[in-house]
Amino acid sequence: MKPINSIIQEVRSEAPSIRTFRVDRQLDPAPGQYVMVWVRGVDEVPMSFSGPDAITVQSVGEATQALFRLSAGSSIGLRGPLGKGFVLRGEKILLVGGGVGTAPLAFLGEQARGAGLEVTSLLGFRSSEDLIFQNRFGALGDTIITTDDGSFGIPGRVAAGLKGLDLDEFSQIYLCGPELMMWDIISRCKDRANKIQACINRYFKCALGVCGSCCLDPEGLRVCVEGPVVMADRLLESEFGRYRRGPGGGKGLCRG
Amino acid sequence: MLMPSLTVHAGGLTLHNPVLLAAGILGTTGASLRRAALAGAGGVVTKSIGSVPREGHPGPTVVGVECGLLNAMGLPNPSYKEFQEEIEIAKTGGVPVIASIFGSSAEEFAKIARGLEPDAFELNLSCPHAEKYGSELGRYPEMVEAVTGAVKAAANVPVWVKLTPNTADIAELGLAAQRGGADAVVAINTLKAMAIDIETGYPILGNRFGGLSGQAIKPVAVRCVYDLASQLEIPVIGVGGVSSWEDAVEMIQAGACAVQVGTALLKGYSVFSEITEGLSRYLERKSLTPEELCGLAGRRK
Ligand SMILES: Cc1cc2nc3c(=O)[nH]c(=O)nc-3n(C[C@H](O)[C@H](O)[C@H](O)COP(=O)(O)OP(=O)(O)OC[C@H]3O[C@@H](n4cnc5c(N)ncnc54)[C@H](O)[C@@H]3O)c2cc1C
Ligand SMILES: Cc1cc2nc3c(=O)[nH]c(=O)nc-3n(C[C@H](O)[C@H](O)[C@H](O)COP(=O)(O)O)c2cc1C
Ligand code: FES
Repeated sequence: MKPINSIIQEVRSEAPSIRTFRVDRQLDPAPGQYVMVWVRGVDEVPMSFSGPDAITVQSVGEATQALFRLSAGSSIGLRGPLGKGFVLRGEKILLVGGGVGTAPLAFLGEQARGAGLEVTSLLGFRSSEDLIFQNRFGALGDTIITTDDGSFGIPGRVAAGLKGLDLDEFSQIYLCGPELMMWDIISRCKDRANKIQACINRYFKCALGVCGSCCLDPEGLRVCVEGPVVMADRLLESEFGRYRRGPGGGKGLCRG
Repeated sequence: MLMPSLTVHAGGLTLHNPVLLAAGILGTTGASLRRAALAGAGGVVTKSIGSVPREGHPGPTVVGVECGLLNAMGLPNPSYKEFQEEIEIAKTGGVPVIASIFGSSAEEFAKIARGLEPDAFELNLSCPHAEKYGSELGRYPEMVEAVTGAVKAAANVPVWVKLTPNTADIAELGLAAQRGGADAVVAINTLKAMAIDIETGYPILGNRFGGLSGQAIKPVAVRCVYDLASQLEIPVIGVGGVSSWEDAVEMIQAGACAVQVGTALLKGYSVFSEITEGLSRYLERKSLTPEELCGLAGRRK
């Protein structure tokens, strides 16, 4: 597939380094699916859908900074929707998100509410000023917020918010955020890992399942096409939370 | 399942079937190589490995085009110093592991070859989109001969030489590899190509140019394999657009003793069993061994 030319309709600032870009086309994605965003002359990078026609981006490097220089009317190339998204299961679900990882969960939660499911959200941020999508999650149902610096909600990591929840109530848990945060939640909930759908990141290049850049040890799971949403029980014995490969294929530390 | 009727001897290796994973396709990690082996590949070729780590070209690194795929990955790799552990994991898949390597001189190739212990080497003298590497050396017969000779002297396993089709006469390159002592040649790498975003005029690949693979190049590959097989003493391994058992049969009839599959992995790992099962049924129907099928087209007058 060639990248489809798309015009940015609106850029909204969500937090100091996070912006939502709405584009002029509905690519009909499922929540959890992603799109390869081509910032011409710079790079092509993966981004989760935060709505049917939107991505929400944290500025961390060259491509995302270049994206931040674009405004309504600018064009980007889009390849997607790609990968396997979240699957809704049961009546009552829990969303657990961290930072910009809450973006695909807001999209998922809205779809779940539309389908009549009961939605509870547990969200973690560094600080009150990094908080995003408070209204979107608030409109879905009970929302618990944690901040690392204690400036809003429960002080501490996301896991601190688990204490107030009876996890048995939920038919399925949906997880997305920094790798170490996800790993923390999964390791605390090992016995129910088969009920956790985690949306994970690896270094994507082709996004077609051929180049081998995103493969997860020890199975060789091609995250770009067999993920990015993976059942957490498949992650328990994997490299996830321990190491990840960089653009050259060498092993490095997990971030966040 | 081991299918003895498909066993071939190809370039110094015994393969339980003649359908291999091509270089640069799901070959960055030992785990993904092992997965190809377990899915039925008769051998697996690694991503091309160099002497220092490389991140590769910026994206887009691939773009789907009519009947094929364009890529300019830019030889990303963690360097040979970090790669032996991946080869060891790949070997647990139970089939030969062929290390694809690249360098900018005969000495650099030889250094890498001394630092790795695969079942065979495949010399990438044919990547069309990395400055100072690949086809920039591989289009000169003297260079092909020198690099092959240097690696043969450095390695105690078979050495295959992967050739570029971006030349007037690929057989000349094949003959140079043979003079250098190659145990087999592998043909073809991708064809130089490019795609442009017509809305803006930007070349789509981050590197502007790349290489074309997949269905579109199969007739080119068949012709190259035929030319090589009719002029060389050493075996030819056919690669380029093989995605079905019919393609494999055609490539083998052109003169390949084994084939490699790359772009067709877009359909998933099941391509290996689909191709080997179809090939097996075909050989049974025709009462032929793979060796008898090899080069049939050249014998038809
Ligand atoms: C499936 C998936 C969904 C994602 N969804 C979002 C999202 O919704 N919002 C968001 O802000 N970010 C998301 N990311 C992360 C985003 O792709 C990276 O932040 C982005 O690529 C950084 O590019 P850069 O050039 O700005 O940074 P760089 O300076 O190039 O790199 C900074 C870091 O970003 C990561 N990164 C860079 N390039 C890639 C790549 N091609 N693939 C994966 N990671 C990369 C690396 O970990 C790197 O260390 C997602 C990643 C994946 C794999
Ligand atoms: C994404 C991609 C990466 C590749 N990387 C390499 C590589 O590292 N070394 C190499 O010798 N060939 C590489 N190739 C070329 C293939 O091994 C093969 O020669 C070519 O794609 C033709 O075969 P196919 O049509 O079956 O893909 C690559 C091809 C693709 C599509
Ligand atoms: S990014 Fe190329 S295989 Fe997943």
